[in-house]
Amino acid sequence: MKHEAIVIGVSSGGMSAMKVLFSLLPKDFNIPIIIVQHLNARSDGQWIQLLNNESNLHVKEADEKEAIVAGNIYIAPPNYHLMIEKDKTFSLTIDERFNYARPSIDVLFESAAEAYKNTLIGIVLTGANHDGANGIKRIKEYGGLAIVQDPKTAECAYMPASAIAAITPDYILPLKNIVALLLKIDNPKSESE
Amino acid sequence: MIHKDTSDIEISLLLEAIFQKYGYDFRQYSQAHIRRRLMNRMKMTGFEYISQMQSEVLNDELFASKLLQDLSITVTEMFRDPAFYKSLREKVIPILKTYPFIKIWHAGCATGEEAYSMAILLQEEGLYDRTTIYATDFNQLALNQAKEGIFSNKMIKEYSVNYQLSGGKDSFSSYYTSNYDNVIMNQSLKKNIVWANHNLVTDSVFAEVNLILCRNVLIYFDKDLQNKVQELFNNSLINGGVLCLGSKESLCYTDFQEEYIELDKYQRIYKKRY
Ligand SMILES: C[S@@+](CC[C@H](N)C(=O)[O-])C[C@H]1O[C@@H](n2cnc3c(N)ncnc32)[C@H](O)[C@@H]1O
Repeated sequence: MKHEAIVIGVSSGGMSAMKVLFSLLPKDFNIPIIIVQHLNARSDGQWIQLLNNESNLHVKEADEKEAIVAGNIYIAPPNYHLMIEKDKTFSLTIDERFNYARPSIDVLFESAAEAYKNTLIGIVLTGANHDGANGIKRIKEYGGLAIVQDPKTAECAYMPASAIAAITPDYILPLKNIVALLLKIDNPKSESE
Repeated sequence: MIHKDTSDIEISLLLEAIFQKYGYDFRQYSQAHIRRRLMNRMKMTGFEYISQMQSEVLNDELFASKLLQDLSITVTEMFRDPAFYKSLREKVIPILKTYPFIKIWHAGCATGEEAYSMAILLQEEGLYDRTTIYATDFNQLALNQAKEGIFSNKMIKEYSVNYQLSGGKDSFSSYYTSNYDNVIMNQSLKKNIVWANHNLVTDSVFAEVNLILCRNVLIYFDKDLQNKVQELFNNSLINGGVLCLGSKESLCYTDFQEEYIELDKYQRIYKKRY
């Protein structure tokens, strides 16, 4: 099965988790990645620039109406919800906070599941909130792949544990193994070599 | 033939029903946004299918008005994005000072916090007495609240911080009086604000103005509708007038990019060319 997009939800402890993830993904990684990281509403885009410096892929804030393409890691802007339309473009909204969060992981995941159905990969990483649990459930309902960071290895176990309580993930793995799995999915031939 | 998802068909029929019956046109709004709000309402009402809401909306005006509230997101703040208001003070106020009379249009003003912020800023800059602020929305309930000028004091601390960061010259508390859990905005701020019901999708040019603020409304529209509303704005602005969009909105996907010069690229402030 060809996977068309990866959505990732991450909260407390997210910065170091993203650094690991981004530094291990190669330049030619061929599936677009879309991330909601819980943030202070007043934070500026500086940290995106920092992450971009450490990444082989292009890390950028998701713009409204922007078309989603491989080679990019898109990050939800602070204080907006990020959604995906069926034509694979972004929408931003300033609806109420959801699970105390804006951007909310559930909001991204649910719209992404609608848009990408069984070609979507959803990943829940470290965090101290239950945001993402409903979203990953929806991804599974549509036949997508659910990956959760092994809570034992997460800086904050609560968010991955909540996801595991909501569904039976396809994989529960430490961060580095998640990257290895993604590489295998992106390039299945390398597996048999 | 392309097979649409059943729920997409149901949604488009429901929006068609709302439009034909009540004249509110949501057919070119962001589909992901509309879907999320409709699914919420569906679950809250205990329905299993979106199409069940169709007969409800056609036969029950109360239900229809609930849906209308669901689809109109009135989340707003005073001095939201302080850096924007700072830029407004520095780059737009000097332009406004050159006019004997000033007309400002807040399109999609929700419960009015943005218009009150503008009134405060203009008072501090000595311009309010020669200004008329038209604050419009298609949500009458929100407009009624805006007109009252009474806000919950839960957010006031946050607003004071915003105000200070935006370059406010006074103390924010001098602009309201406290009353139990609420604050009441000063009467002097209200006097030149005209609150009016106007629908950006279905109504025509509202007035000829020097400054338009339409922030965090267009993100809910698809590209074609954004373009149509930008045409309305272009026709409403005098030459040399200023257009302010939300911090994540732009003219990029519209035909009107060439009609403006950027006064502040980052804060999305544009000046209409002569
Ligand atoms: C999220 S609020 C933005 C409020 C304020 N401008 C701000 O940025 O804080 C969006 C507002 O747009 C209004 N709106 C949505 N569609 C509209 C339309 N077709 N015509 C007029 N107002 C509309 C909604 O009712 C809502 O009050």
